[in-house]
Amino acid sequence: MTGSGDVIRVALPAHLRTLARVHGEVELQVTGQVTQCSVLDALEARYPMLRGTIRDQRTGKRRAFIRFFACEQDLSHEQPDVPLPEAVAAGTEPYLIVGAMAGG
Amino acid sequence: MSGVRVLVGTRKGAFVLSSDGKREKWDVSGPHFAGWEIYHLKGSPANPDRVYASQTSGWFGQVIQRSDDGGMTWEPVGNDFSYAGEPGTHQWYDGTPHPWEFARVWHLEPSLDDPDTVYAGVEDAGLFRSADGGKHWQELPGLRGHPSGPSWQPGAGGMCLHTIILDPSRTGRIFTAISAAGAFRSDDAGETWRPVNHGLHSEGIPDSGAEVGHCVHRLAMHPSRPSVLYMQKHWDVMRSDDAGETWHEISGDLPTDFGFPIDVHAHEPETVYVVPITSDSHHFPPEGRLRVYRSRTGGNEWEPLTRGLPQEHCYVNVLRDAMAVDSLDTCGIYFGTTGGQVYASADAGDSWAPIVRDLPAVLSVEVQTLP
Repeated sequence: MTGSGDVIRVALPAHLRTLARVHGEVELQVTGQVTQCSVLDALEARYPMLRGTIRDQRTGKRRAFIRFFACEQDLSHEQPDVPLPEAVAAGTEPYLIVGAMAGG
Repeated sequence: MSGVRVLVGTRKGAFVLSSDGKREKWDVSGPHFAGWEIYHLKGSPANPDRVYASQTSGWFGQVIQRSDDGGMTWEPVGNDFSYAGEPGTHQWYDGTPHPWEFARVWHLEPSLDDPDTVYAGVEDAGLFRSADGGKHWQELPGLRGHPSGPSWQPGAGGMCLHTIILDPSRTGRIFTAISAAGAFRSDDAGETWRPVNHGLHSEGIPDSGAEVGHCVHRLAMHPSRPSVLYMQKHWDVMRSDDAGETWHEISGDLPTDFGFPIDVHAHEPETVYVVPITSDSHHFPPEGRLRVYRSRTGGNEWEPLTRGLPQEHCYVNVLRDAMAVDSLDTCGIYFGTTGGQVYASADAGDSWAPIVRDLPAVLSVEVQTLP
């Protein structure tokens, strides 16, 4: 699961796409192991305005109403340094950052 | 020609309403930051093109936006509001200790003379300052670290620092207000603080005249007489003539003295405005009639202002940061409602007309008077 130069695809929720001024998926180069932490590090390095909107800036803790999905799995409760699925690391599947559903 | 720019924060975005000095025809821009709660926007007195906005979301947390063209375009700046040192605890609703946790910025107060310096009042109650245009924020921990801090409790809307007033005549004097702790004053630019609540009486706390624990909803000051402060408390409209040292009630003949905003006429320091609300269990105007009350005597004697405001079937609220005044020759008064109306009066409150009727619930209204 080490970064091999493959492009990591990240799908952001609509509000964060607007904040980051991007359309569609974000493509990132990740050095080292492809983990939740390294992907978010790369994302926030490229889009500093996203700092604090997905995870706490100091502790790294995921915000309560954010979820991480990939390959039809809920990875929200995985440890930040656990390698992500091979398909995410290879760029064949996106890493989904999702705002929890709510309404009424 | 002079003009005004009304900055409106709502539950679902920000709006900028612009007019010339007549204040009859309005341009409406927005929603900016659509879908986000915009608790407050405020322009720099030193540079009206510089505007700060507090953008928040239960999902995505806090963002601070900055504009350098009067709200046409925006740039996100810093949003790290980390409390200084060990945050410690305050009291939770059930009386147990609860760690201080940042939730959102309620109020932004730009410096009177430096566009890059801005203060932020936050929930859980604390005061932050940026000296680089909002990129970096540092807490002024003396306020939260006051010996009474561990005893502070949230009001129903959270434990928020919602009012920041910078004294224009005395460098370093700052007033803040916290629900439900009370009013505080610093005379050394925010290093040290003391409660200034003597004379307040609140029935909802064990010691009605306690030093802290009062649910102050809003403070207002006229810049020409900074020692005079007006306060809308949860219940009671209050006045201090000695910079908060002592307070006395000026509710007088108001139909109810519950409410949220209070403001002062731009040119008449004894002319004060409030919006009476039925009660804390009925957050709407008495009898379904939306009335601004004006006192021209610094309190106690109040007159209802109704022309142009709905006088039947009106059950909106007007929140604490949702009233403002401009400083044109005939002072303009503005307020927004939880029903999404923003009303303006270009004649000091004698008559009113809606600028917009169907915005999301209005959280805050500020006005810039433009040259």
